[in-house]
Amino acid sequence: MKLLYFAWVRERLGKAEERIDPPAGVATVGELMAWLARRDEQYAFAFENAKVIRAAIDHRHVRPDAAIKDASEIAFFPPMTGG
Amino acid sequence: MSTIVRLQREAFDAATETAKMTRGRTDIGAVVTFTGLCRADEHGEPIAALTLEYYAGMAEAEIARHVEEAVSRWPLLGVTVVHRHGRILPGEPIVLVATASSHREAAFAAAMFLMDYLKTRAPFWKQVETVEGTSWVEARTADDAAAQRWSEPPRRRQTAK
Repeated sequence: MKLLYFAWVRERLGKAEERIDPPAGVATVGELMAWLARRDEQYAFAFENAKVIRAAIDHRHVRPDAAIKDASEIAFFPPMTGG
Repeated sequence: MSTIVRLQREAFDAATETAKMTRGRTDIGAVVTFTGLCRADEHGEPIAALTLEYYAGMAEAEIARHVEEAVSRWPLLGVTVVHRHGRILPGEPIVLVATASSHREAAFAAAMFLMDYLKTRAPFWKQVETVEGTSWVEARTADDAAAQRWSEPPRRRQTAK
């Protein structure tokens, strides 16, 4: 699946997108964040405060308990500040 | 019912946008426009510019979903939403919401509803540029509270007499 990162999540990771293939045990958005945070120091820094990070699956806002099974694009970003 | 949703780098002119919405129509009795502008300060500190990052694809979809909801809640005759991205200087416009209806109540309410949702749900992020460097604007809890008040069950559509 494709992952997208925005604003300070993107800056902390040093990339805007990537393709990943999480292991079978990673079933929800929250579990995906926890799995990413364990990858290395940069990911740990980006996801250190996972509670504030929002997620979207295929262009729709989702909660941390959302299943990622059928997702083709998952985005992680800080609370929005548009308007 | 005509709806326009546009994301763009360039500035826009609110009067031109509302003129487009009402041209040739005699059923519209009320137009409400809201324009958000870039201020020259953030928390009392002078800023040089704002840069808006956005999630292409989702931003359009999310705004369209909220426009759809506004149309289902109020008897609207037109909705225009224009949101800029990229670098914006103090004094320049950032966002426009214009709503048209036969009477003012629906136009006012729908414009406020759309702005409250744009603030908290549309995937845009503001970065502030000052002499000291750049920083991300933090989300305000007051904006969340403003959006929250619309999440009660929708009122019945009604037209003011």
